[in-house]
Amino acid sequence: MKHDPAVRIKNLKFSYGNTPDVLSIENFEINRGEHLFLYGPSGTGKTTLLGLLAGILEAKSGSIEILGRNYATLKGTERDHFRGSHIGYIFQMFNLIPYLNVRENIILPCNISKERLKKLGSTQPESAAKEVASHLQIDDLLDKKVTTLSVGQQQRVAAARALMGSPELIIADEPTSALDSDRREIFLNLLFKEVDRTGATILFVSHDKSLAPLFSRTLSLREINTAAQKGEVL
Amino acid sequence: MKFLLQMAFQSLFNRRLTTILTIFSVSLSITLLLGVERVRNGARDSFTNTISGTDLIVGSRGGTIQLLLYAVFRMGTATNNLSYESYQKIGALPDVAWTIPYSLGDSHRGFRVVGTNSEFYKRYQYQRGKSIEFASGKEPSSLFEVAIGSAVAKKLNYKTGDKLTLAHGISEVSFQNHDDKPFTITGVLAPTGTPIDRSLYISLEGIEALHVDWQDGAPPVKGEEVTAQTLEAQKIEVKQITAFLLGAKSRIQTLNLQRYINEYEDEALMAIIPGVALSELWDGISYAEDGLRVVSLFVVIVGLLGMLVSVYNSLNERRREMAILRSVGAGPKLIFGLLMLESTIITGAGIITGIVVMYLGLFITQPILAEQFGLYIPIALPGFFEWIYLGVIGVVGLLMGAVPAWRAYHNTLSDGLTIKI
Repeated sequence: MKHDPAVRIKNLKFSYGNTPDVLSIENFEINRGEHLFLYGPSGTGKTTLLGLLAGILEAKSGSIEILGRNYATLKGTERDHFRGSHIGYIFQMFNLIPYLNVRENIILPCNISKERLKKLGSTQPESAAKEVASHLQIDDLLDKKVTTLSVGQQQRVAAARALMGSPELIIADEPTSALDSDRREIFLNLLFKEVDRTGATILFVSHDKSLAPLFSRTLSLREINTAAQKGEVL
Repeated sequence: MKFLLQMAFQSLFNRRLTTILTIFSVSLSITLLLGVERVRNGARDSFTNTISGTDLIVGSRGGTIQLLLYAVFRMGTATNNLSYESYQKIGALPDVAWTIPYSLGDSHRGFRVVGTNSEFYKRYQYQRGKSIEFASGKEPSSLFEVAIGSAVAKKLNYKTGDKLTLAHGISEVSFQNHDDKPFTITGVLAPTGTPIDRSLYISLEGIEALHVDWQDGAPPVKGEEVTAQTLEAQKIEVKQITAFLLGAKSRIQTLNLQRYINEYEDEALMAIIPGVALSELWDGISYAEDGLRVVSLFVVIVGLLGMLVSVYNSLNERRREMAILRSVGAGPKLIFGLLMLESTIITGAGIITGIVVMYLGLFITQPILAEQFGLYIPIALPGFFEWIYLGVIGVVGLLMGAVPAWRAYHNTLSDGLTIKI
């Protein structure tokens, strides 16, 4: 069988303007369906790597392939479309648009990306949102204003949004750092259950090593990013 | 697109206080601009229609504006009178339909007294065909009877049947009064919103009678006064008048008549076409209205700048929102579009509210303006120039909206998925 990882990075170099490289990765792969824990304390180029993986930033040299598509061959708007249709993204906190209610926040990606909407098939966005919300046990919140939710509830809504339309890759940027420890595990278990249902790959970036045992593989960004070792800024 | 529009509305609703205040300031500025424009046009129209239906105004030769001022606006004085004989001769020309004589020079407590005849009540027109009407009483029919304008009645608290004495000359405090010959008010004219309201009207003979015993412009010496009673009996002969209004049988004759009068051989006369002269006079005194227009244009720009500032100010607190939108696949162009839509909605709502408020204001103030200032402003649909104004405002609004949208576009490019606060 042909080797077809979800993420493949080769000889990647990135710097902001004319400053020294902040990121230099020779080889990095995430297999399809894998739950990868990437340990990335601040100063290791975490933000930059996520920006590159999401297609917001452009590599200086080397290649980034997501689901077999090489970002170097895509224009900015094409990368935006790609992200919209294939990647679910969860932020550390404040994931929600304040003037949309819970349901509208969950449906948001389907409204922005036509392909994400197509992925729902014949299911209406409203019922798809209801389904994913019930899996994450937030279906009673659908009509609430997001400003009335607790942080834990907000992160679940964010997870529901990332999972809408079953994107192949979920990128989670410290989504549990604002939660207390028992809630972290509950959140992660719910997330894993959903991700496994669709067979999606999950890249989980955190500086909290205690969560690492829950994942199938653990990597440290410091190990793969040679630029950070040399620079040692922080 | 529909979704983006919905987003824009929800986003604006989320900041509804700011949004409403911004729309309010844009709409007020538009109300001001349209209002100034309407008042300007209304004022010009009212001014140039202070007198209508009259083809020529005739007086002794002098300045055009001067003739217009004393014959129409009762301001200033005539340098010369014209003979009653010439008046009659011109009035009898086959092309002349009617004439209204004016004899000016006396006053009553600051209001001008006009000697005229019954043609005035029949023929005089203002504001496109409106005629003189009486609020009470009737036109004077004998020597010492007077009809008064509505403003005179109001200011001096006169009513039909009251008696008053006239003063020689036109200053408010007069040293030479015609105390010996009191007049009785027979009627009060209905308000016209024109200088007609600020005058008193007696017969031509009445004017002559006042001065019958005067010698060389001086009042009669004691004991030589002619009493009112003897005058009534006496047959008074009118020798001169100050000016007269003329209606031609057909408009086409106006220019011929004007030339005839201007070249009149027996006396140095001058005829002017009131519409033309009024327009010239308005253009001469209306430079202030251009200033007014410039000011109101600036107010609109300030209103739109307020919108720019309010949208721009919201950008910093919305950087996270932009990052979220980008994370779910929105490109910088979509962010640009969202902010453009928000500005467009504010501008559009401002324009519509501005128009509505302008019409509401017009409905409320129209009768007040008409009654108090003689300023009639028609409630009509927006005209060609108003549409142009609104179109230009819309375009300027879009350009202003592009500033925060452009800023947001760049923010999203530099922020990406991270938010710098």
